Amino acid sequence: MFFRKLEERIFNVLIRVATLIIISSLFVIVLTILVKGIPAMNWDMISKSPSGGFYLGREGGVLNAIAGSLYLGIGASIFSLLLAIPVVVYMNVYAPAGSRFVHFIRLSLDILYGIPSIVYGAFGFIIMLFLGMQVSLLAGIITVGLLVLPIMARTMDEVIRTIPKELTDASLSLGATRWETAMKVIVRQAFPGILTAILLGFGRAIGDAASVIFTTGFTDNVPTSILQPAATLPLAIFFQLGSPIEEVVNRAYASALILTIMILIISISSRLLTKRFKKNVIN
Amino acid sequence: MQTSTKALIPNEFVTHPLITTNGEEKIIPLNGLKPHISVRNLCISYGDQHILKNVTIDIPDKKITAIIGPSGCGKTTLLKSFNRLIESADGIKISGEVLLDGDNIYDPKVEVTSMRKKMGLLSQRPMPLPMSIFDNIAYGMRIHGVRRKKILAERVEHYLRQASLWEEVKDRLHAPATKLSIGQQQRLCLARGLAVEPEIILGDEPTSALDPISSQRIEEKFMELKKDYTVVMVTHILRQARRIADYIIFMWLGEIIEHGPAHEVLENPKHELTWSYVKGVIS
Repeated sequence: MFFRKLEERIFNVLIRVATLIIISSLFVIVLTILVKGIPAMNWDMISKSPSGGFYLGREGGVLNAIAGSLYLGIGASIFSLLLAIPVVVYMNVYAPAGSRFVHFIRLSLDILYGIPSIVYGAFGFIIMLFLGMQVSLLAGIITVGLLVLPIMARTMDEVIRTIPKELTDASLSLGATRWETAMKVIVRQAFPGILTAILLGFGRAIGDAASVIFTTGFTDNVPTSILQPAATLPLAIFFQLGSPIEEVVNRAYASALILTIMILIISISSRLLTKRFKKNVIN
Repeated sequence: MQTSTKALIPNEFVTHPLITTNGEEKIIPLNGLKPHISVRNLCISYGDQHILKNVTIDIPDKKITAIIGPSGCGKTTLLKSFNRLIESADGIKISGEVLLDGDNIYDPKVEVTSMRKKMGLLSQRPMPLPMSIFDNIAYGMRIHGVRRKKILAERVEHYLRQASLWEEVKDRLHAPATKLSIGQQQRLCLARGLAVEPEIILGDEPTSALDPISSQRIEEKFMELKKDYTVVMVTHILRQARRIADYIIFMWLGEIIEHGPAHEVLENPKHELTWSYVKGVIS
């Protein structure tokens, strides 16, 4: 009896400690960014590209990186979505229930999930060399798109797997094709989950630094073509953090603040969107 | 358990002779009723598990046929073999024929969607599609090419009336189908099935999730519908079979043990197993 009570106590403490660590780390990160970033924050940071000597503390902003990150994040998410939807629809609607091939796809995606992003970057770089491509937004979109694919595909897959088979059967028994069933019923039912998947993918795409170093490059200009190199916020943060000049380091925190706010805006707006689409979902 | 089919057949039935693959003559009694679905030597196995063992049966046209038997005896599998919904499992083996008005639906040339359209399906748990009440009914019609809004609206009303749901939902046609009570949802599913103009209504224990009053309404609907449709339902409620079935098929471990007009099978079973099941000795 004593030991069972002790067990309960210990576990109780463990729950509290774990929760505390999670919440406080979020709090500390946000606080650091705010405290260090707000003083360096000004309208120029958002509205201007770096002038010469920006990295030595002269004037300018990170508009190049904001634009680059948005283009890259959106592009990579769309590219990844275009690959993820067919795979997930195949796994859940077309493939026979309990198919071994589907198991294999899931396993492959899980392994891809675990590959570090620098490896994707190096892989993308090799392919680019092979094709004779230069560092560009396009190369970055493809590389980051592939990096994000397993996250999107597996998140959607997990959501669609929970849809009762009777729902698919209901649509099929009305004489719908599998494609119609997938696009008009399954996607609607899984819509909130698909949105979450896109959000997770976008967050990863916009926040990853390692995969873009070799593929997207860095530039002080806002790219005007998909074949030009582009700056990204994580790399901008990285370069500024390495500076010995305090002002520049503080701008790194301001850049981090911008990145965080961008992700926050997208996260909140997608939540709101989810709510609108949730009303028809059966449960 | 091998039972001689011949021994089960009362002599006074008008019979259709049938030559089976092994040359032995087997007789399908249907008491002079016109068959709508004819199952011939249907075997379904999953791995090394035989779910249906050489099932041969006729389903009478424009009658209510109830498939009864203990859980796991293959009732639902038999029902779902009628519109090829069982095909979607991996490793399932199907041999034999299911003839719909004389045409084998397992013929590779058969177009599955137009065949499925001929059969409305009601599942155990009502499964409205993740859309509005109106769109639930319109879904099937749209798939089969009805586009004009006026026609859609007229038909949606017609089928909702046919399922006795119109008065309850006419003011909230664009509300999500999930807002309906579970009994209303099942009538919605019935209306949805009727909207693609089937010939047959398949019910897989369609009242098992419903309250007694909703169940009664579904039963009443079935009684009305048999004027124009062939109704086949799986049920584990003997009293339900007694109330509404015209024809009864009793299954046991993947085989058809006995079948015939409802009063014959229920009041005067020929086979020991049927007797034990009907009298409640086994269930």
